[in-house]
Amino acid sequence: MKNVQKQKRANKSLPFFFRDEFRVSLVIILISVALLITTFTFDIVPPILNRGIQPATFPKALLVLIIVMTLLIYYLATKNPWKVEKKLPRSFFLTLSSFVIFVVVSKTLDFFLAISALSIFVSYCWGEKRLFYLLLVGIIFPIIVFIFFETILGLRFPLGIITNIYYS
Amino acid sequence: MDNLLLMLAPLFSSKLLLVLFFGTLFGLILGVLPGLGPTTGGALILPFTMTLDPLSAIVLLTSIYCAGTYGGAITAVLINTPGTPAAAATCLDGYPLAQKGEAGRALGMATVSSTVGGIFSVVILVFFAPILAQLAYEFGQPEYFALAIFGLTMLASIGEGSPIKNLIAGAFGILISTVGKDFMTSIDRFTFGINELTEGIGFIPVVVGLFAMSEMLTQSTLINQVFNRIALKAIKLPSKDDYKKTWKTILRSSGIGSFIGVLPAEGGTVASLIGYSEAKRFSKNPEEFGKGSIEGIAGAEAANNAATGGAMVPTLALGIPGSATTAVILTGLIIHGVRPGPDLFREQPDFLYGIFGAMLIANILFFIFGFFGAKIFARITLVPNKILWPMIFAVSVCGTYSLNQSIIDVWIMLFFGVLGFFMRRYGFSVVPVIIGLILGELVEGTLRQSLVIFDGNWLMFFTRPIALTFFILSLIALAFPLIRSRKIKKNND
Repeated sequence: MKNVQKQKRANKSLPFFFRDEFRVSLVIILISVALLITTFTFDIVPPILNRGIQPATFPKALLVLIIVMTLLIYYLATKNPWKVEKKLPRSFFLTLSSFVIFVVVSKTLDFFLAISALSIFVSYCWGEKRLFYLLLVGIIFPIIVFIFFETILGLRFPLGIITNIYYS
Repeated sequence: MDNLLLMLAPLFSSKLLLVLFFGTLFGLILGVLPGLGPTTGGALILPFTMTLDPLSAIVLLTSIYCAGTYGGAITAVLINTPGTPAAAATCLDGYPLAQKGEAGRALGMATVSSTVGGIFSVVILVFFAPILAQLAYEFGQPEYFALAIFGLTMLASIGEGSPIKNLIAGAFGILISTVGKDFMTSIDRFTFGINELTEGIGFIPVVVGLFAMSEMLTQSTLINQVFNRIALKAIKLPSKDDYKKTWKTILRSSGIGSFIGVLPAEGGTVASLIGYSEAKRFSKNPEEFGKGSIEGIAGAEAANNAATGGAMVPTLALGIPGSATTAVILTGLIIHGVRPGPDLFREQPDFLYGIFGAMLIANILFFIFGFFGAKIFARITLVPNKILWPMIFAVSVCGTYSLNQSIIDVWIMLFFGVLGFFMRRYGFSVVPVIIGLILGELVEGTLRQSLVIFDGNWLMFFTRPIALTFFILSLIALAFPLIRSRKIKKNND
């Protein structure tokens, strides 16, 4: 209880633009406004074909609702600040960057190579240094998964440098 | 009599029995592993169910649901970490009892009360789902709209999080459902010129991303966490004395759990917390709660498993998910072309009663597996996250890709994984997003069709008694968290 109060006090002492509640609310509102602007570019149905409401009306109403509710949570947070979250550890950023690596490798080289690379990278970053286990998660298990999907489910994976060898 | 025979059908099908066996086993493993659980596990296995017929697919998902909900208790008792959120209340007394050297007794009570709660809820499901479905025959488009709104407003009261944050997440889920071609006019919405988005955003990438990938990111922040495991010798069935102490609690919590489960969007987590607090309120020894009370374990476990059958009632009868996992099951029904609702009861009773029967058998199966295999399942928690999660990633990616053979789906899954992580970090539950996504089409479709019927006059909604009742219930659902927080504040003062 004391810790939560301490955390809340710590959060209150920060300038408003550094506080989580401000940053989160700002991000939600900015995205919602951008999407709201997009809804004005939707095609308009001519009155003769229009049944009920225009296709843009419903998303517009939702976005306005999200903006209003976000302002409300920000207002409530000024009275009762959110607790300060712990700083994210290095392992989180490494895992997050592995997602980016996965997207790049799967797009440019090979889908399966991307899965292997991510599995080995994540396992290593999370503290696994034993070679056998790295090979297990990075090579043996993806091969099992590949065979399972390929033979049992009849799935065809996107072509790449490794899958090309298999398929040819 | 016919329906009873239909319920027993899974017993006479070797394929369904095999599916049930595998589903229960898999559900238990998922339940035991903290961070996984039946919702994430169900989402992971969803693409694989495409190789099965609809009944086998749903039987697989429901058996995972029942067994996974129970499996969470094993971890709660032995390592003081709920395997599933629904087992959080079990930690309060399960772990202290295990610390006293009575882990076997704690797990024995958890197993028995979970089984009784689960079976009780299946009985409720068998009786109430057809009644609710019959009532749904009276529903037109305006009533369905009001019902969907009621389901969404119930999001305000789920879990411990902020009601407004839950509502924002729900609205965001509905917004996702509007991506793609408008179903009434075929006009593109939020497609940004990307062809793959014209069909909309699929359920599976969002579900796997929000549950599995966001959890992987959460686990990446916890890699130095150390669990204090308590060794389990063997599960002990409750003694006569324990039964005497707890039978009323088990029955009461079974009733509470089933009722909470029936409410749209609520589920095992809310049910177990209420079951636990009611057990404490009615107990002759409330001072024992939190120190290893056997009644506390019974109250929480009977309630969370009773919520499984209860949550299936609105899911099957109305197409409104009763909990996070039933949202995944509902997704399974939709991708298999089964439309839940009153017509399902009239046209496919064999399908429905097959599911009811399978849930009943799953409850008996997890009792047997739990009783004889808890020691082995407890060892699963020893699998390190650094091995487990990269494997889950491989399965998630392939599973998501497999449905439409689309790499865009994989990227959408990763995007929702990152989004889900930050949502959870800042107190936004991800469950409302899924429920909003599922109900989105129903909300918009019924609203627009109702407005056509009413010739654009919004006030006509309030002239329909059933719709008006749901709107009033929605207002109560919105006001409930406010009243609850005031009451808590008053008590604290």
